[in-house]
Amino acid sequence: MKVDALILSRLQFAAATFFHFLFVPLTLGLSILVAVMETKYARTGDNLYLRMTKFWGKIFLINFAIGIVTGITLEFQFGTNWSRYSAFVGDIFGSLLAIEATAAFFLESTLIGVWIFGWNKLSRKAHAAVMWLIAGASTLSAVWILIANSWMQHPVGYVLRNGRAELSDFAAVVFQPWAILEFVHTVSAAYILSAFFVMGISAYHLLKRQHIEFFTRSFRIALVFGLVFTLVEVVEGHLHGADLAEKQPTKLAAMEAHWETSTYAPKYLFAIPDEEQERNLIQIMPIPGMLSLLARHSLSAEVKGLKDFPRDERPPVFISFAAFNTMVALGFYFLLMTVVGWFKRNKLLESRGYLRLMLYSIPLPYLANELGWTLAEVGRQPWIVYGLMKTSDAHSPIAASQVGISLVAFILVYGLIGIIGYYLMARHAAKGPEAA
Amino acid sequence: MELASIWFFIWGLLWAIYFITDGFDLGIGILLPFLGKKEEERRTMLRAMGPLWNGNEVWLITAGGVTFAAFPMLYAVMFSSLYSALMLVLFGLIIRGVCVDLRAKANTNAWRRISDAGIFLGSLLPGILLGAAFANIFRGLPIDKEGIFHGSILTLLNPYGLLGGVLFLMFFLLHGSIWLSIKTQGELRVKAAATSAGLWVALLIAAVVFLISSAFATTLYDNYISRPGLGVVILIAVASILAIRFFLAKKAYWKAWFSCAISILASTFFGVIGLFPAMFPSSLNREWSLTAFNASSSPLTLKIMLIVAIIFVPIVLAYQIWAYGLFRHPVTEKEMASEDSY
Repeated sequence: MKVDALILSRLQFAAATFFHFLFVPLTLGLSILVAVMETKYARTGDNLYLRMTKFWGKIFLINFAIGIVTGITLEFQFGTNWSRYSAFVGDIFGSLLAIEATAAFFLESTLIGVWIFGWNKLSRKAHAAVMWLIAGASTLSAVWILIANSWMQHPVGYVLRNGRAELSDFAAVVFQPWAILEFVHTVSAAYILSAFFVMGISAYHLLKRQHIEFFTRSFRIALVFGLVFTLVEVVEGHLHGADLAEKQPTKLAAMEAHWETSTYAPKYLFAIPDEEQERNLIQIMPIPGMLSLLARHSLSAEVKGLKDFPRDERPPVFISFAAFNTMVALGFYFLLMTVVGWFKRNKLLESRGYLRLMLYSIPLPYLANELGWTLAEVGRQPWIVYGLMKTSDAHSPIAASQVGISLVAFILVYGLIGIIGYYLMARHAAKGPEAA
Repeated sequence: MELASIWFFIWGLLWAIYFITDGFDLGIGILLPFLGKKEEERRTMLRAMGPLWNGNEVWLITAGGVTFAAFPMLYAVMFSSLYSALMLVLFGLIIRGVCVDLRAKANTNAWRRISDAGIFLGSLLPGILLGAAFANIFRGLPIDKEGIFHGSILTLLNPYGLLGGVLFLMFFLLHGSIWLSIKTQGELRVKAAATSAGLWVALLIAAVVFLISSAFATTLYDNYISRPGLGVVILIAVASILAIRFFLAKKAYWKAWFSCAISILASTFFGVIGLFPAMFPSSLNREWSLTAFNASSSPLTLKIMLIVAIIFVPIVLAYQIWAYGLFRHPVTEKEMASEDSY
């Protein structure tokens, strides 16, 4: 592989995005959980809920700080590293990012200061309302960012004019089904992550039999939240696959390692694809007709195989396949764990095995979230805008050395920030809440 | 007026608001090691901007986002040409943000010292580099017909560019020290006020030298010569800088701060009006310059974005002004004792 500005820019974007998305999901979900806790405090005046708000709120703030600063670079990287892409899509993609900043990001960032420092300046209810607004604005941010990404996945509402994609139908861009599915999928995944985060830390303290009331209540709030959104995710995931089959058949074929176009296409639970020889070296546990059924709602439906697409229009098969199947397996694991949790919710302290599993499960939704983005972005290759512009035509005409230096700087700075951030979160989480 | 022209001025306005709002936070960050000799002073300085700096920084995101949305070609050429400088600005802002937010989250002296250094550097770099970048845009940069940049970060380090960096720095420092004069009490306030008086002289010199140099290094004055009425912007810039001194002497710090805000706005518009319609002039051939007309989005996008801006910018301003109002009083010892944020 040639090391040039293209590959370095791709690595830099991947590093910056993966890192940013280690923090975004928890911001999305924990803001809601903290808002729920604070509302309970505002309604009942129960001091335990105030302590819960402060304890989880502090973790939220550490996480939020890193999420914010790493988001800034992403918006500017399109211009610095992907200038040809930016010039080509700015008419549509740029406006979505600008709307995100004006309509959502502002609210979230302005109110975070009000929340931190406004305890004595606002009434209890107003202060709780501020956290709801922060949560709402974060989710609204996600709406616009995901509409923008959806347009890269499935461009609509545009015309090719003046050598670029120009907007022709704003509503088509904003309300396309892909965007709605992607939003529900991503936000549910973020909420699941947050629920597992709160349940995992609560499990740690319950295992040590400390702050029992505090962490039992925290665990239960998160459990309900997690259970609802794992169910949403399973149903949505199915609709998502069917939409994908129609609109991005190369990604579907790659993530299923499906080479030959066929009817009654089976789904393999395990396979090792070989891209050179255009077949799977190993494929085991087929479920006959399952792929046809999932993708096209009929056992006998035809599903296009990778061989029907030119080699230079296929995404990396192994990464897509591994990312997809691991993500799905994790999704069912989350469902299992929340359902089990529901039946154990009144005897958490006795369920030590379950609590231990939940503690060690904290990283798993992080993995699932990152794998989801891996599938979304790697599975779209070689396109940066599916069917319209190739990634290899999109990067800036800049020297590879410049990008190389900034890539190293990104890895060092982000690595350091990540270590500090997670160290502080872990320390605070393990220390537990302040005394009543 | 045409949509593209309207957007040109909104573009300038958004950058100006960014310089006004985040300007004083960056100034405070640079002043931290100089005015904050004691830990209590440093905590108070950070607390003075604490509730507001996060929201202020979003004006940069919005200015960047609007550049992308309304002038995609400019966004592409400007950000890739200024690659290394912009990366340094971003790393500066990242380090500043993390250090401000996490400074008090680990209770050790070593971590606080590292954070203070991070806040200082993370404020200094964006301050100087944004000034240098904009002065270089006023002056023109070597871009060819395809918008490909033929230079390096060293291209920015010419006398006029550096002067722009110094001018921005002086604005931010003064804006920050006046904010501290408003938001602190006692000894720290006395120090901040004295610093403001000194910085004002430095700003005045930098501004005068910049205005004169612009006549030689740029073509900014061409628009003012063809339409002398526009010169009122320069008058406002100068008058508001003089007003800062007047209000500082009367210890009317809010009025001094607003005068400083107006002087930043007018100074930004001195450049923006002088540039019009160019947005990124080419020093190789003026024909290759990016302008409001050849770099803009389609009329539909400009129209939709205008509606978005007309609805949301006033809403944003309204709740930001509300937040400023909520935190308008000087930081009290009671607050410092009861909070654990800084």
